Amino acid sequence: MPERLPGAERPRSGRLEVHKTYKLFIGGAFPRSESGRSYVVSSAGGRRLANAALASRKDARDAVAAARAAQPAWASSTAYNRGQVVYRLAEMLEGRAAQFAASVAAAEGATARASRRIVAASIDRLVWYAGWADKFAQVVGSSNPVAGPYFNFTIPEPTGVVAVLAPQVSSLLGLVSVLAPVVVTGNAAVVVASEARPLPAVTLAEVAATSDVPAGVVNVLTGRTGELAPVLAGHMDVGALDISGAAPDARPDLERLAAGNLKRVLVLEEDWAAVPSLRRLRAFVEVKTVWHPVGI
Amino acid sequence: MRRATVRSVEKTAAGASLASSVNAALAGRSLGGELAGSDVALRRLLSGLPGVDQVGAEARAAALATRSVKRESKLRALELAIAMIDLTTLEGADTPGKVVALCAKARRPDPSDESVPAVAAVCLYPDLVGIAHRQLAGSSVRVAAVATAFPSGRASLAVKLADTREALDAGADEIDMVIDRGAFLSGRYGQVYEEVRAVREACADATLKVILETGELATLDNVARASWLAMLAGADFVKTSTGKVNPASTAPAALVMLSAVRDFHVATGRRVGVKVAGGIRSAKDAIRYLVLVAETAGEQWLNPMSFRIGASSLLNDLLMQRSKQLTGVYAGHDYFTID
Repeated sequence: MPERLPGAERPRSGRLEVHKTYKLFIGGAFPRSESGRSYVVSSAGGRRLANAALASRKDARDAVAAARAAQPAWASSTAYNRGQVVYRLAEMLEGRAAQFAASVAAAEGATARASRRIVAASIDRLVWYAGWADKFAQVVGSSNPVAGPYFNFTIPEPTGVVAVLAPQVSSLLGLVSVLAPVVVTGNAAVVVASEARPLPAVTLAEVAATSDVPAGVVNVLTGRTGELAPVLAGHMDVGALDISGAAPDARPDLERLAAGNLKRVLVLEEDWAAVPSLRRLRAFVEVKTVWHPVGI
Repeated sequence: MRRATVRSVEKTAAGASLASSVNAALAGRSLGGELAGSDVALRRLLSGLPGVDQVGAEARAAALATRSVKRESKLRALELAIAMIDLTTLEGADTPGKVVALCAKARRPDPSDESVPAVAAVCLYPDLVGIAHRQLAGSSVRVAAVATAFPSGRASLAVKLADTREALDAGADEIDMVIDRGAFLSGRYGQVYEEVRAVREACADATLKVILETGELATLDNVARASWLAMLAGADFVKTSTGKVNPASTAPAALVMLSAVRDFHVATGRRVGVKVAGGIRSAKDAIRYLVLVAETAGEQWLNPMSFRIGASSLLNDLLMQRSKQLTGVYAGHDYFTID
């Protein structure tokens, strides 16, 4: 039995425990599912934790609409500013570290010490990506030597709306590791949280709502990954798709649906504890090359 | 609950006398008209209309808005709504180029799909009618012009008539006129009636739509009275709003107008159309209006000759929803024209 953490207590002395009902996070608001459905979320040990909203395809549609509305302003904010916003998210996470540790412990069945380590790693991961916000364009971009009177340069630009199927096992560190690279590069994200372990994701959404993340830049859906993934994969307003959180046998169908509007598709399973590479930052940007005439 | 709003005139005692006074009024008009210019006679007629139960109208409109239209019915509703659109641009910044693009879109809303019907009309300021008329030659799309000092209607009758004639000379098939709301609200019904009559005469064969601007009429009773006034004066359509006043078209106001055209049809045998305009941007809103039409006026009104939707961005949403119905995946904004 791991040591007790705040928020994970059992009812004492006749007081009735207040169970939280977790909701979706769409366009900066916390609506219930349009379908009115919810599902029971249990801890790794099988204890009933809470009810979470069971999102429908219409919630996915609404989330994409919110993301699409928010993305242009987010992309046109300065890279420095985006970095600051993600850094702010890390600050807020730090302040609620105990709550997240309890949530991760319950969801993943980790010990108190291990879950505190996971939360610390998640905060560090956000800071790492926040730092890249105003630096990766210099690394990924280039000025190119061309045989002609042109100044030729290449810069990365955001793809638009990115649908992310969050890792099923790592409910916080994995989530942060896939979400941060999407948003620091100027995309808006629609995240489908881990199906069995959605609560850290909804708590992260509550953090996002009270930090400086503009409404609609991060949207979090909870529910059946298998139900929501095809809707997002086929949606013509979605520009890219991270299907790392999908079951391996579901991936070919998702890739076929994604081909409808030539979405970028990322399948990348990693060790979340390891130091990340730039691969996720590169995955959801379009490379624009400009030929600027000189000497004319 | 189903008939909680405006009662059909023929079913009530008050309605029987109303029908006879309407017929007398119309007969009077054809004889040269005691009704003309007579505030007293008009006021007696209009205040004799059955009162509108505002709470009932709102509840009825809200109840009808919950109706679910799915699959084949939805596809049919979407295509019907496309065919009913008056594709509108009424901006100070309208350019000839924008009108040309609008006309191309009106003829063929989805360039990649021939089976999408053309819209009913384009709706423009009078000075741009000539361009639209040339662009739409040989197509089924009609040209509508807003005239009579749109949107406020604050000009002399001579100016309003000149505005109308200019639009007609440039090739307009339909005229969207505004009533003088100031005169209507201060009880000068005769003046409003005379203006609509004068524009009606100037229009000759052109379709006349009379904009009531329900957002400025304060009560649903006034909406019903203004509808009757316009219909008595010879309107082919009654239209909710200019789109320049908030609130624009609302479901309860449309419900009252649809009840009025139904009752007018019962009383006189003449079918007057309804046009809703302003703030209708989503396919869902458009389908709600179609349900309202079918349930209030009747399905005989469900065609572009009797019901129109004035809109601009609505068309893209209808096309996107249609694409969703046909392909099964949600459509993207990048695949439809920016307008």
